[in-house]
Amino acid sequence: MLAYIIKRTLAVIPVMAIVALIVFLILRLTPGDPAAIIAGDSATPEQIASMREAMGLNEPIYLQFLHWIGQLLQGDLGTSLLSGTSVNALIASRIWPTLYIALLTIVMSVLIAVPLGTIAAWRHGRLSDHIVMIISVAGFSVPAFVVGYIFIKIFAADLRWLPVQGYKDPALGFGEFLRHAILPALTLTTAYVALTARMTRASLLNVLGEDYIRTAHAKGVSEPRVLLQHGLRNAAVPILTVVGTGFAMLLSGVVVVESVFNIPGIGRLTIDAVMARDYPVIQGMILLTSGIYVLVNLAIDLAYTLFDPRIRY
Amino acid sequence: MGIHFKPGLRVQRLFAGQSTMRLVAAGMMVLTAGVAHAQEKTVTAVMHSGLRMLDPIVSTAHITRDHGYMVYDTLVAFDGDGVVQPQMASWEKSEDNLTYTFKLRDGLLFHDGAKVTAADAVASLERWGARDGAAKFLMAATDSIKATDETTITWKLKEPFPLLLDVLAKQSSVPAFIMPARVAATPADTAITEYVGSGPFEMVESDFQPGVKIVYKRFEDYKPREEAASGMAGGKVVNVDRVEWVSMPDPQTAINAIMTGEIDLIENAQIDLLPVLEASPDVTVEIRDKLGYQGFARMNFKHPPFDNVEIRRAAMTALGQEQVMATMIGNPDYYWLCGAIFGCDTPLGDETGSETLQAGGDKAKAREMLEAAGYDNTPVVIMQPTDIGAMGTVPVVVASELRDAGFNVDLQPMDWQTLVSRRASMNKPSEGGWNIFTSFASGVEANTPLVHPILPSTGDTGWFGWANDPELEALRADYLKATTPEQQKEIAHKIQARVMDNVIFVPLGNYAFVQVRSNKLTDMLPTPVPVFWNIKLAD
Amino acid sequence: MTRTLGETDAVAPQPGVSRFLSLPGSTRIGILPAIAAIVLLVILAVTICAPLLAPHDPLALSPTNRLKPPSADFPLGTDAFGRDLLSRILYGGQVSLFIGLGTAVVSVAAGLIIGLVAGFFRLADAIIMRVMDAFMAIPAVLLAVALVAVHGASVVSVIIAITFSEIPRVVRLVRSVVLSAREEPYVEAAISLGTRMPTILWRHLMPNTLAPLIVQATYICASAILIEAILSFLGLGIGTETPSWGNIMADGRTYFLVKPSLIFWPGLLLSLCVLSINILGDTARDRLDPRMRKREG
Repeated sequence: MLAYIIKRTLAVIPVMAIVALIVFLILRLTPGDPAAIIAGDSATPEQIASMREAMGLNEPIYLQFLHWIGQLLQGDLGTSLLSGTSVNALIASRIWPTLYIALLTIVMSVLIAVPLGTIAAWRHGRLSDHIVMIISVAGFSVPAFVVGYIFIKIFAADLRWLPVQGYKDPALGFGEFLRHAILPALTLTTAYVALTARMTRASLLNVLGEDYIRTAHAKGVSEPRVLLQHGLRNAAVPILTVVGTGFAMLLSGVVVVESVFNIPGIGRLTIDAVMARDYPVIQGMILLTSGIYVLVNLAIDLAYTLFDPRIRY
Repeated sequence: MGIHFKPGLRVQRLFAGQSTMRLVAAGMMVLTAGVAHAQEKTVTAVMHSGLRMLDPIVSTAHITRDHGYMVYDTLVAFDGDGVVQPQMASWEKSEDNLTYTFKLRDGLLFHDGAKVTAADAVASLERWGARDGAAKFLMAATDSIKATDETTITWKLKEPFPLLLDVLAKQSSVPAFIMPARVAATPADTAITEYVGSGPFEMVESDFQPGVKIVYKRFEDYKPREEAASGMAGGKVVNVDRVEWVSMPDPQTAINAIMTGEIDLIENAQIDLLPVLEASPDVTVEIRDKLGYQGFARMNFKHPPFDNVEIRRAAMTALGQEQVMATMIGNPDYYWLCGAIFGCDTPLGDETGSETLQAGGDKAKAREMLEAAGYDNTPVVIMQPTDIGAMGTVPVVVASELRDAGFNVDLQPMDWQTLVSRRASMNKPSEGGWNIFTSFASGVEANTPLVHPILPSTGDTGWFGWANDPELEALRADYLKATTPEQQKEIAHKIQARVMDNVIFVPLGNYAFVQVRSNKLTDMLPTPVPVFWNIKLAD
Repeated sequence: MTRTLGETDAVAPQPGVSRFLSLPGSTRIGILPAIAAIVLLVILAVTICAPLLAPHDPLALSPTNRLKPPSADFPLGTDAFGRDLLSRILYGGQVSLFIGLGTAVVSVAAGLIIGLVAGFFRLADAIIMRVMDAFMAIPAVLLAVALVAVHGASVVSVIIAITFSEIPRVVRLVRSVVLSAREEPYVEAAISLGTRMPTILWRHLMPNTLAPLIVQATYICASAILIEAILSFLGLGIGTETPSWGNIMADGRTYFLVKPSLIFWPGLLLSLCVLSINILGDTARDRLDPRMRKREG
């Protein structure tokens, strides 16, 4: 098993290397010239050309790639072409809003979805089950920006309960943070609840079919106790799996929500960078989100290997 | 056989750990910061775009220019009547018009406390002269610029240059901002990394988030001139403590935010949304910059069909300004038809040759012209930006109008960045090139032949589209030598006629940025460049 | 071997809804999937008949009729170009559905081939799966954004861009079916009898793979329609002269405060359509996947 763990951990390296290569190639094949954006609309072709040279964009692509990889191995994601800020610093200053909103989304989703999924599994095949499941399919059938606009219209613009936009750091007061973060998080939650509720229900149904549950029933353990103590505990792994991988999914979901709610997170950072062809920032961002995804999956895999007696390698 | 494990916990703990550290660190910052800002007056503004580039010499972007006027100062400046006035320096001119002597006024300090010296000014002028288009003309006529003592700059010319002060005072991309000599030593095509100026505001570097937010605080040691503020000249008296520019990618967010009092100013509101504000008693909707902007279409002179002037004329005949502006802006209060390339109601404005444009175009005549010119149905590639709001509507209208006149149009959507780099491509339209793109010029930077960005028509070294027009170039050279307003006006008239006759570009109508201001914010100067001195903010 | 449970389960919705009022294993169609099928058919029929039903040319500009409320002439009002919203939605449905179906077909076809190769050839497997892991790790929206920027915005480039992020899931699915089928005695027997590889693939493995693939295809179709809308929202979608539900909403989004119907109507149709496809996908999953039926039953 140790051999498997080592092998599985090392497998992260080629994956990330391929991600780096793909990202670099896609971007450098993209039409677009960061020098033109920096020089501005009324710049002359001459001015742009001299900037390209000064920015090192005229070097051969493989040299640019090697240069970038060299920096990466030292933990340096490079420097933004646009603002001249280091990408590490940019990400460090922009990742917190995204992380906090993602965490709030996960907390809210789990609080809503696990009870819903449990009810659905408990009332399996009955009306409440179907209603829960229809709502949860509907949750990820509506584009996030539509949901966001509707929330803004109702809760911010009309009722004026909550601010329409912006972000406040929790350190400046948790109440203010919550007031600003609740609508964006709620928007993401609609899709995320759907996934988590479905997973909870399916895992529970799976577990409830196992022998030890029947044994528990036979021993006369009460229904809610079977459900909560035996069922939910053992269904926790797949549910946490969804939470974990969903976290990576959230990172791309925030791209939209951050635009709608004007949150200075890494989603908007990425889109801004794509629009301006700020290569180092896009590369850094995709590498970061892919890295999080890969690591979360690694953690989940290892957890399975270590703890699930049914899986043997 | 209960399985007791919690694999997800690692993930959670990882994030929980970081966020706790972050909370503690930020919490300590708040304890100190919260007290300091308690009594401060802060203006929060949503500008027309997010600020990303901080070097106002390298970038021609308007938002970077606006940033420049916060942090830096200029030697001379235009007042509200378009007359050049002393700002950091006063000047004297020699009898032979070949020597200008500038004298820095007393009390000028950079934000780091150092005195502004003539050597700083000279270094800054040289960097600017190597970058700016109009400044290059001036530099070509310059013999030397020297710091003859601590506060004196002596500018010697090889030949008279009547527009020297106008160029030096130019208020749009890019103005002659004065920086410390060590910063100005940066090559002119490399962005600066130190942001120290001598302007009325200091940038709070720790709060800068590119594209999201920039914070300025009042520079306490700034000595404003005695005169009242007028245009970009006069006393730059700052009455607020901080100015924050925040960007909001969705125009509705800004509208919502100003109604709920979260922000004080929207520099450029989306006009279709203004009815939402009608019921709101706390805000004022106004046009600050009366010169506004001019939309235009540019054709590619290098490739068929628009290498043929007859076909360019047919295309212009097909277009009508009303359709373009009505679609782009909607509300007629905020746009006006204008055939003058130097702007209407300006000293050089003249509408010669724009009759069909202002009459809504003449499709039938355009068809005839097109046929007479022998158009062979070559596809016309029009580039359409999809990510910059109302501007993206113009190519759609142009495409529709040209189709009605018999052109075979291929409207290609792309993001603005792709457009900006593709328009630099001299390839055939079928191989990554283009035939038409549309953009806009700000009135303040297109009101003379000296500064107009689209006029240079020297073929491959001219502006995108690469018009080659020696006659127009000769007229531009004449303009630089003109000494009286009458002469200037006459040459400008000839340039207007030539531009329309050769269809160098097609003016598509003028429109204003509509500003929304909280009523708490008053005394904002009616300048084309938004400035934050002079304004007052009620509690 | 890398476990795949995390990704596949997170993406592929779990069974359940379809069994509304239908008995497990019975051939009766439940009420909900029946409704979903009808909704989908109606939407399909209406969009296909757009040329007959649309009152106006969806591209005809009319600067004097901008942002008009519904009237007899413009049943749903007009957009910011003065174009008829109803006509654009009808034509837009064709494009959105085409993108959904196109992406599903292309991803499934490409994923099937790559997955069969990976499942059968050990050597190729390692490389293919690492590349698939990499594509899967890159967030779908970001990957699509970058790819659309490469190819320029058109229906085809949008399909290709979305396909890239969907292929890995199909490949994993096909590969896992192939791997488990290889262990089956009849496949082993066929291999030892020297049956040609294509025959084995076709005769023994295709039937096993088909059911989960159909299910996967429905989810891809639904997700492609949504991603197209997101790309348009971010300013990277197909052009305004090819109306799709996504870009109608994107064009209308900055007018939401004054004219919410520009988002509401296309959004409603898009959501109904995606919802119906997902419900039908769930139904297919329950019915076609014997493993599921056993587990649920």
